[in-house]
Amino acid sequence: MDDFLIRAGLAGVAVALVSGPLGVFVVWRRMAYFGGALSHTALLGVALGFLIGVQPGLGVAFVVIAAALMLGVMNGVKGLALDTLLGIVAHAALALGLIVTAMIEGVRIDLMSYLFGDILAVSATDVWWLWAGALVVLAALIKLWNPLLSLTVHADLAHVEGVPVRRVEIAFMVLLAIVVALAMKVVGIVLVTSMLVIPAAAARAYARTPEAMAMFAALIGIWSVGMGLWASYTYDTPAGPSVVVAAAGFFVVSLFKK
Amino acid sequence: MPTPTQHKSQNREQDVLLEAKDIRVSFGGHTVLSGVSVGVRAGEIVTLIGPNGAGKTSLVKVMLGLLVPQSGTVNRKPDLSIGYMPQRLQIDASLPMTVRRFLQLGTQPGQGKTLKALEEVHADHIANSPMQSISGGEMQRVMLARALLREPDLLVLDEPVQGVDITGQAELYKLINAIRKDRNIGVLMVSHDLHVVMAQTDHVVCLNQHVCCAGHPQAVSRHPEFVALFGEDVASTLAVYAHQHDHHHDLDGHVVGDGCSDDCQHDDDHKKGHDHG
Repeated sequence: MDDFLIRAGLAGVAVALVSGPLGVFVVWRRMAYFGGALSHTALLGVALGFLIGVQPGLGVAFVVIAAALMLGVMNGVKGLALDTLLGIVAHAALALGLIVTAMIEGVRIDLMSYLFGDILAVSATDVWWLWAGALVVLAALIKLWNPLLSLTVHADLAHVEGVPVRRVEIAFMVLLAIVVALAMKVVGIVLVTSMLVIPAAAARAYARTPEAMAMFAALIGIWSVGMGLWASYTYDTPAGPSVVVAAAGFFVVSLFKK
Repeated sequence: MPTPTQHKSQNREQDVLLEAKDIRVSFGGHTVLSGVSVGVRAGEIVTLIGPNGAGKTSLVKVMLGLLVPQSGTVNRKPDLSIGYMPQRLQIDASLPMTVRRFLQLGTQPGQGKTLKALEEVHADHIANSPMQSISGGEMQRVMLARALLREPDLLVLDEPVQGVDITGQAELYKLINAIRKDRNIGVLMVSHDLHVVMAQTDHVVCLNQHVCCAGHPQAVSRHPEFVALFGEDVASTLAVYAHQHDHHHDLDGHVVGDGCSDDCQHDDDHKKGHDHG
């Protein structure tokens, strides 16, 4: 097997491993659009990363975390629904990202690879970063699991029972931002939400407990990465989109589970 | 040397589990609560009644620390353990969760304890059912079980019989009363259902943005402001015993009034005559 394919597989598995278990919370908390909005801000992070001269991944993580925290604060703005605010922040950030990208002199940024992912081009260093990021997020999620689950079920009840609701919510948003930054490498900005939402949704039909649903979501994500890469290698389809289509296939299959 | 009355009142002070003093809450300039004081003692059931929009849930939220009042204080006995039952709990259909798993969210009790709590509320038969499939009455019992698993000194129940049929309501109130006696814990309850709740309550607080009247259920049910709020019919069916007032009311003036007025301050009279043991 070719080295680039092994690297792509390793990168994809790292992302699937965290986007599944985090994605179930996105589904339970009805935050799919929130994840999408965060990913739109990522391009601004890429551009700023280039501008300041740091790793694009760091720029993305920084901007997405900032956007997540800002949205958390803006949630309290009276008179406008959260999805309206998300639409404003997401598209303003995307537009700003496109402008900054176009204005950077000397560097030509391959816009397509950020928008649609370039998993076949990940380097060995990228793979290390992805796995390090994935394991940190996974460890944090395991630690947060019970309080996060409790406040997902009922925030006030969790609060009375001693869960530091606000802090756990912020931690969750930060984790979500990191996963967006990680997944961007694999499926690109446009398709990041799919890695969070589709495997988690497909896992619902098979799970009887929250924990099982998270594990199934991770497994379905990993299979999707495998199938997508295989299709890409065999039929020369674009890799990132193939992964997403494979996940959607699993979702359709799950609909027939009674 | 203190008189017996003073001595008793000192004890009562010490027994207070949770107490709100002179609470004022307003949302966007609209006053929801003003000058409201309520306390719950160990072994006592205190029920908040009042019409929709009276601020009952807001007051409960203030006492639980979920809502910060504009002014007033909340005193909580040190290390007080509260079992809370929210007004409504709906778990998203996308979240697979059995009753058993739900009970393990608040504390991490063993399987044995979880089942015992379910038995205490007579809901052990649904331990492995999905939360989305149980009935309204079962849901209330499961939430009560979750509150009990915390081994609370105080139960706070926001409309505990919501979505429960009439026979189930009476059963649930009896169950709450039995739990209170078994465990000698305090109960703070919000309720709409005057008829059933009155029989199982020690102290009623009638709320309509301020405390209209408070005291023993029979006394409150005869109070002019209560009558004005809930109507003559309801009041007369509730007033089983005669109300022993040591002061006078201008009945006509109150009954035709549009809700509560501020000159009703005989709460203390009821408290004195009422032994909570």
